[in-house]
Amino acid sequence: MLEVRDLTKTYHSGNRHLTVLHDVNFTIQAGDVCAIVGPSGSGKTTLLGLSAGLDRASSGSVILNGVALDNLSEDKRAYVRNQYVGFIFQNFQLIPTLTALENVMVPLELRGERNVKQQAMELLERVGLAERHDHYPTQLSGGEQQRVSLARAFSNRPRILFADEPTGNLDEETGERVEKLLFDLNREMGTTLVLVTHDLELAQRTDRIIRIKGGTVISDTLTNQTSEARH
Amino acid sequence: MKENHPEHTEPKQKLRLGWLLKMAWRDTRRNRGKLVLFLSSIVLGIAALVAINSFRYSLQHAIDDKAQSLIGADLVIGMNKEPDSLALAIVDSVKALGDRSDENRLTSMLYFPKSNASRLVQVRALEGGFPYFGAIETIPESASRTFREGRKALVDHNLMLQYEAKPGDSIRIGNQSFVIEGELHKIPGQTALTSTIAPAVYIPRQYVDETGLLQRGSRISYYYYFDLPDTVEPDTLGKRLESRFEEYGMFYDTVETRKESMGDAYDELARFLALVGFVALLLGCVGVASAVHVYMRDKLATIGILRCLGMSGKQAFLVYLFQVMGMGLLGGIAGAVLGSAVQLLLPQLFKTFLPVQVDAYFSIAAVAQGILLGVVVSVLFALLPLLTIRLVSPLITLRASIEHLTNQRDPLRWAVYGLIFLFILVFSRWQMGTWWQALSFTGGVIAAFLVLALLAKGLSLLVKRYFPVNWGYVWRQGLANLYRPNNQTLLLMVSIGLGTALIGTLYLVQRTLLSEVSIAGSENQPNLVLFDIQNAQRDEVINITKAQGLPILQLDPIVTMRLEQINELTGAAVRADTTLDISPRTFTREYRVTYRNQLSEAEKTVKGNWTGTYDGKSELVPISLEEGYAERIKAEIGDTLLFNVQGAPIATQIVHLREVDWNRVQSNFLVVFPAGVLEDAPQFHVLMTRSANDQQAAQFQRQIVEQFPNISTIGLDLILKTLDEVVSQISFVIQFMALFSIFTGLLVLIGSVNVSKFQRIQESVLLRTLGASRKQIFAITFLEYILLGLLAAATGLVIAFAAAWALAVFSFEVEFTLLVWPLFVILGVVTLLTVGVGLLNSRGILNRPPLEVLRREA
Repeated sequence: MLEVRDLTKTYHSGNRHLTVLHDVNFTIQAGDVCAIVGPSGSGKTTLLGLSAGLDRASSGSVILNGVALDNLSEDKRAYVRNQYVGFIFQNFQLIPTLTALENVMVPLELRGERNVKQQAMELLERVGLAERHDHYPTQLSGGEQQRVSLARAFSNRPRILFADEPTGNLDEETGERVEKLLFDLNREMGTTLVLVTHDLELAQRTDRIIRIKGGTVISDTLTNQTSEARH
Repeated sequence: MKENHPEHTEPKQKLRLGWLLKMAWRDTRRNRGKLVLFLSSIVLGIAALVAINSFRYSLQHAIDDKAQSLIGADLVIGMNKEPDSLALAIVDSVKALGDRSDENRLTSMLYFPKSNASRLVQVRALEGGFPYFGAIETIPESASRTFREGRKALVDHNLMLQYEAKPGDSIRIGNQSFVIEGELHKIPGQTALTSTIAPAVYIPRQYVDETGLLQRGSRISYYYYFDLPDTVEPDTLGKRLESRFEEYGMFYDTVETRKESMGDAYDELARFLALVGFVALLLGCVGVASAVHVYMRDKLATIGILRCLGMSGKQAFLVYLFQVMGMGLLGGIAGAVLGSAVQLLLPQLFKTFLPVQVDAYFSIAAVAQGILLGVVVSVLFALLPLLTIRLVSPLITLRASIEHLTNQRDPLRWAVYGLIFLFILVFSRWQMGTWWQALSFTGGVIAAFLVLALLAKGLSLLVKRYFPVNWGYVWRQGLANLYRPNNQTLLLMVSIGLGTALIGTLYLVQRTLLSEVSIAGSENQPNLVLFDIQNAQRDEVINITKAQGLPILQLDPIVTMRLEQINELTGAAVRADTTLDISPRTFTREYRVTYRNQLSEAEKTVKGNWTGTYDGKSELVPISLEEGYAERIKAEIGDTLLFNVQGAPIATQIVHLREVDWNRVQSNFLVVFPAGVLEDAPQFHVLMTRSANDQQAAQFQRQIVEQFPNISTIGLDLILKTLDEVVSQISFVIQFMALFSIFTGLLVLIGSVNVSKFQRIQESVLLRTLGASRKQIFAITFLEYILLGLLAAATGLVIAFAAAWALAVFSFEVEFTLLVWPLFVILGVVTLLTVGVGLLNSRGILNRPPLEVLRREA
């Protein structure tokens, strides 16, 4: 589903060059649930951005669902994202001028699908917010906003879902509810999940943990959970 | 190894315009107040243009509708000299076709015995049934007919008011007394402005001889009005006789020619005013551009999310383009509605200049133009910030602090700059008529923009580089606001500066024109002119003048003559060959020539020598020509001119060219003969003197009129008063249009202060939270706005100074006069307004607790 090869990302600022990712390699199979962990500044968010086609690598390649992203224009990558990718952000990233329902509808509308309202309502129901469908993001709590964000992420039935610190802005209790919902929905839809976090507890709930530090992968291990399941 | 699947690499993502429109509408939620503020900045500019253009159509409509009453006849033939038998034969040949009225026009003194006062007027001695169309409007109404029945007169109503005259009172013109039959209110085709300059008095033509004013040398014009039968087409007739009219120095007017010349003249005025409106619109465009820029900055996050979810750059661009188009459409509609309402005021405003009553006429074309203009300018000026949407990186969703744009360099920006330039050029060409004028206007506007923008940038850089680190906190904070992110320096400098430049230019030009005349009246310059003094009256007039204690500053004899040949070139040859580029009038007009042996104070030698006396030795009389006149008739030193001095041919040679200061109150001449040639020719004299005060002038004028009714006197005070009235009326109209710019400037100011309000509020609240007092916040805000206001207004005034100087020197060809103190008033008012608006917008921060402000603004 996702193949990352010799991925390097260098930022240039005047004469200064800052390499934040250096020769990163890994492959994630369809249906896998994987966590990328590492301390702040280790390059994990950059890696997520590159893997999801939000940015271009300085060298190396990213192949997502069979599509090499490296040479695609930004608009073509946008198309790929709309067709195969879902996103969940730490700060929810809902569009403030749209209601909860409209936020969920956007990816479907972009695809030109029909009955988008019904589909979006079903997802809102699934995340328990059907009654709040006409509320704007500012009228929802953090947890509610992240649940809307989940509904939106799954609305286009993505092949792969990227989640960046999905519970980072939530209290423990709310965070747990969102985590549960995320894993449940992921399981129901059979989506590949790539989770970026520094929360090791959350990472332990995935099948595989890729540890990254100073821009390089320092370990790539299966979690106990996977081992137990495989046994 | 995986390969790109063709399905993925070449996605055919549809634009889905319907959905994009829906998204554009959805996205305006919670921003509509802001958007209304953006569009308000173009409303006034559009309103000004719609009002002026609607008025243009209304005026055209009125002129077409009431065309015949503009000249009161089917055909008017006129000439500025007494018609000879051949000229009369032409007039008579037309008379055979229909009815005719004759009119003599001359300037003379009108004496009011009751108030013992006199005033220079235009006397119109009328005979016949004129006007055949429209009416001479009088009070009482019947007076326009009954004054023709005896020694009766119609007197301009303003004059009657001024000299407290009433119908039934007696007046004197020349040697003849008349009874006022009624007040004269309107003459066909004449504007109120014309009657300010030359108030008219109608008398029956049969009594004009009795006035004794028809003397040789007097300035008399002869008009013949014709009422032609329907079978005769006046224009065809006019064209058929045109060459003969020219030959005899005659001119003609028909309803069509008058409509054309009048339409052209008012079109010029309307075009000029539309340009003033256009400046207001451009100012509003600056507001739109900056507002959209700030709006887009607020929208970066939303655009990033949409890009992340799969929206293409083009789609994101279109969402916001649709918003701007909608905003422009609404602004255009609002401007068109307001403009249509304002045009109802315009006939009243222009009343003084209009020859016909104009009823406001709703012009669909002007409204449609206004709406279209709203959309076009909004899109055009919003394009620069809109273009950046295409470059917004979806990565912004992950890292809000960096990577807003994928690529900062965008060649399309240059295309937009080009489009803006082209738009201003084409629009001003449409309003002004010639490419050269349009290019000058566009160049001027762009130069003003650039100067202000560069100064704003320079100011930011200077303050940043030489930041006074040792100054007090309030000063440092206030100064830092000039260059920190989200500063308003550029926007405020451009909008306030341009507004001030416009108002300052208008004011300076007006002052220059007026002071040009005032200066002429100062020091020892003449302020009283006596003309039409006959030879026999000359000595007596000199005696009276001296007896009154007045100096004889200048006394010139005047001999009238016509030009017959320039070298071998005759009038007929010039008429036949238009490539010569010499006006045929050169040979038909009457020249008023003087003779003297020295140059006057107003004259300077440009070329040649002026000996001043003719010794009779050479065949050719050496003469001096005014340099501009010589240029117009394509003559040089050494060329010969043949004059016809009332029947006697005199061959002359140009030996001297002079530069003449025409702006002085004194008699100046195109042609000067030497002494010793014209002394015996029929002539009259012009005398210049200077009275110490109005009373002395009035007493002197009374005595002259009483003793010599044919002599006309005119005082500088009257010229000044008349000019002041004319200039005031014109500048009132211009200032009315400039108001649109001022209010637009204010709206842009309010808008720009408002759009950056949230940023300022956050900072101020933080400062307050950290313990800054209300007084400190107030002082910081005050400092920022007073610095911006002062600098913008000062720059605007410097631009105004340059523009007014250029207009004075190149357009009006007068000496530029700089009156400094009113500029300080403008500077003070503009600065205070800026500070006022700035503080008013920030008052919320000062009066409320920090937390409340933060919650409310969030």
